[in-house]
Amino acid sequence: MELEVLRYDPEQDTEPHFQSYSVPCEDDWAILDALNHVKENIDTTLSYRWSCHMMVCGSCGMMVNGEPSLTCKTFIRDLPDHVRIEPLANLPIERDLVVVLDDPMEKMHRARPWIIRQDDPPPPDQEYTQSRAALYKFKQYTMCVNCMCCYAACPQYGLDQSFIGPAALALAHRYNLDSRDQGKSLRLDILADHDGVWDCSFVGACSEVCPKSVDPAAAIQQMKVDGAIEWWKQKLSGSKS
Amino acid sequence: METIHADVIIVGAGGGGLRAAIAIAQSDPELEVALISKVYPMRSHTCAAEGGAAGVKGADDSLEMHFNDTVSGGDWLCDQDVVEYFVRQAPLELVQLEHWGCPWSRDDDGSVAVRPFGGMKKKRTWYAADKSGFHILHTLFQTSMQYETIKRFDEFFALELLHKDGTCRGVVAMEMRSGRFFSFQAPSVILATGGAGQVFPFTTNGAIKTGDGMAMAYRAGVPLKDMEFVQYHPTGLPGTGILLTEGCRGEGGILVNKNGYRYLQDYGMGPETPIGEPVLKTMELGPRDRLSQAFWHEQKKGNTVETPWGDCVLLDMRHLGEKKINDRLPLVRELATYYVGHDPVTDPVPVRPVVHFMMGGIDTNINGETPMPGLYAIGETSCSGLHGANRLGSNSLTELLVAGKRSAERAAEHARQAGRENGSAAVSSQAEDVVKGVRELLLQKGDESLAGVRREMRNSLEEGAGIYREEASTSATCDKLAELNERYAAIEVHDKSNVFNTDLQQALELRNLLDIAETIAECSLLRRESRGAHQRLDHTERDDEEFLKHSLAFHRDGNRPRVEWLDVTITRSKPGVRDYSGGKKG
Repeated sequence: MELEVLRYDPEQDTEPHFQSYSVPCEDDWAILDALNHVKENIDTTLSYRWSCHMMVCGSCGMMVNGEPSLTCKTFIRDLPDHVRIEPLANLPIERDLVVVLDDPMEKMHRARPWIIRQDDPPPPDQEYTQSRAALYKFKQYTMCVNCMCCYAACPQYGLDQSFIGPAALALAHRYNLDSRDQGKSLRLDILADHDGVWDCSFVGACSEVCPKSVDPAAAIQQMKVDGAIEWWKQKLSGSKS
Repeated sequence: METIHADVIIVGAGGGGLRAAIAIAQSDPELEVALISKVYPMRSHTCAAEGGAAGVKGADDSLEMHFNDTVSGGDWLCDQDVVEYFVRQAPLELVQLEHWGCPWSRDDDGSVAVRPFGGMKKKRTWYAADKSGFHILHTLFQTSMQYETIKRFDEFFALELLHKDGTCRGVVAMEMRSGRFFSFQAPSVILATGGAGQVFPFTTNGAIKTGDGMAMAYRAGVPLKDMEFVQYHPTGLPGTGILLTEGCRGEGGILVNKNGYRYLQDYGMGPETPIGEPVLKTMELGPRDRLSQAFWHEQKKGNTVETPWGDCVLLDMRHLGEKKINDRLPLVRELATYYVGHDPVTDPVPVRPVVHFMMGGIDTNINGETPMPGLYAIGETSCSGLHGANRLGSNSLTELLVAGKRSAERAAEHARQAGRENGSAAVSSQAEDVVKGVRELLLQKGDESLAGVRREMRNSLEEGAGIYREEASTSATCDKLAELNERYAAIEVHDKSNVFNTDLQQALELRNLLDIAETIAECSLLRRESRGAHQRLDHTERDDEEFLKHSLAFHRDGNRPRVEWLDVTITRSKPGVRDYSGGKKG
């Protein structure tokens, strides 16, 4: 297989360029295995992130033939003989296939992704009761591995990086939907702000590329509905006082 | 070089490091934590743990039973004071995670569900489908984000410890994005860098598991304990070594050889139990060491199945049905289908033993304290004596929480008492020396390839310190590793960039792996008995007279490690016979 890999070393290169490697691939290999073959046997200077090789650590998100993909989950058998590998789109390149993650990480933090309580939690030896139905309400949104493929796919984020983005919104929604959480009203700002949920143009690209079927687009739609209701609630209670 | 001062430095932001960071932030908002990790926290290898975390839950269970399972599972090499403390704290820590939002799987009544696990007499493994580690890690990481006193240094690669007058003072780390070096200084340092599976050729461990913390402590003069005890998980996917959780068998999956025979009954884990009705602590729910050893014998007898990826046995889950597999084992289904093309709903899945966990690690006591004042270690990188000669599945995720919290309390107390130290010349010059060493490595010329030396190390270790060991092959491995240590001086780092230089990083990781490999081989050679995961073909019996002791490997420059022996702490369980016959034996 012919791998065409984007290379960029900010200390050497004025701009990124492509480098081709001929890799003798096995049928059951993922793209990540091909990259590891290059790194071990052909060119030790190639830089990329990876760790678990089992679709859970989320490190190895890259563009494969223009598609944001988890490369340990993208198989040679499903691809043509010529494959182009680039760093995730919409994020600055740090080096070769490594992108700068500062912005999505900061946005994750803005989602306030922790349990917020108004009431006291149960005593330390006692759990919350949570029905299976209540668990399944938010479980899908806990599956995000933060591979950032959705940021690479999102046209809105591509246009305007102030948009909080799919993964962060899905994460906020995950906590909003958790029966143990009482912090929904505190997470309203990411709904209401100019860079929040209303910025999504709902083309659903995030959900299409998500390797874990988290469906951030669905989360965003549900949040818009929630946001509208909250807005009316506040409006109504405001007019009373 | 820039110096960053903190009160507590934590190296590693997996389950253990994050739990410790949260404990410090919650207990004392005056203390600043520097949380250094070579990857973003959610990439930490805790994410790959599947099956669950053990803690007594049901009314029919007791701390006593969890204690007994752990100690016999560890073939009596466990320090029993540590086990007592662990089983007591385990349920509290698991409830704490529940309060923080961990999406544990639930029973009909809305309480947290538990599943059976190998070597455990009762159902006490809390789980979140088959992504328990993933959810624990993300819950901890997300929870940690609310504390401003936890300052993260993501993608900072820790290189060496800094110490003065035998006391730990900090750590030198390299920022991956810039190649800049930082001297982190604090009165307390907690190492939480995880295991070292990458020292073997075939492992469930991710690429990042290169034993960095162990190697740093070892080179700083702190002994590594019980390094000969390496756990092979019995059900890895061939080719990649991807883990298929013990939960597969907990839910009722069976292991068969090429004749469709449930061979475990021939290895002291029978009689056979009914298919689809798993019985605790026998057959497929025996402990990992015994199951992996049984595979070895089946392979010798020619009873294994040949696959394109080598010899395997079959893990049959078909009788569980699609609904249960989707509900309880969705990741397993995905992994088996994608990587070996066998859907567990319709096909038995080929599996074989794979290096999974280091029982050994940095010598610590029950508080996570190492022999070096100010230095703490937790989780897989440590050896507190909890797991003995063989860890029971689902004890290690809980260990992260229990040890993380406990060590955090001690490290915080030590930091308050010792206080910060400003500008020690001795520490600064030590840090400069570390940087000088890295610069020299970067300029070193030679004709050895990094990947080549690493491959030879891995293959040699498998040869001499695999599931079964014996004097001649293990001794040959010790010699081979000494040779590779010399050849390391001739590897060349081709990438000269300062920015995200993974060639340099891998060369530094290989240094760590070589150091760890030599302790595994040396201790495997010197422990002339068979116990738990350490099995000798030439010393087939357990020898409590001589070896009811921990090994302690000390680093010696340019020499093989020096090994000392340390008594095991026994409180109430005298060494006995491990019985996995399901109560059928006397």
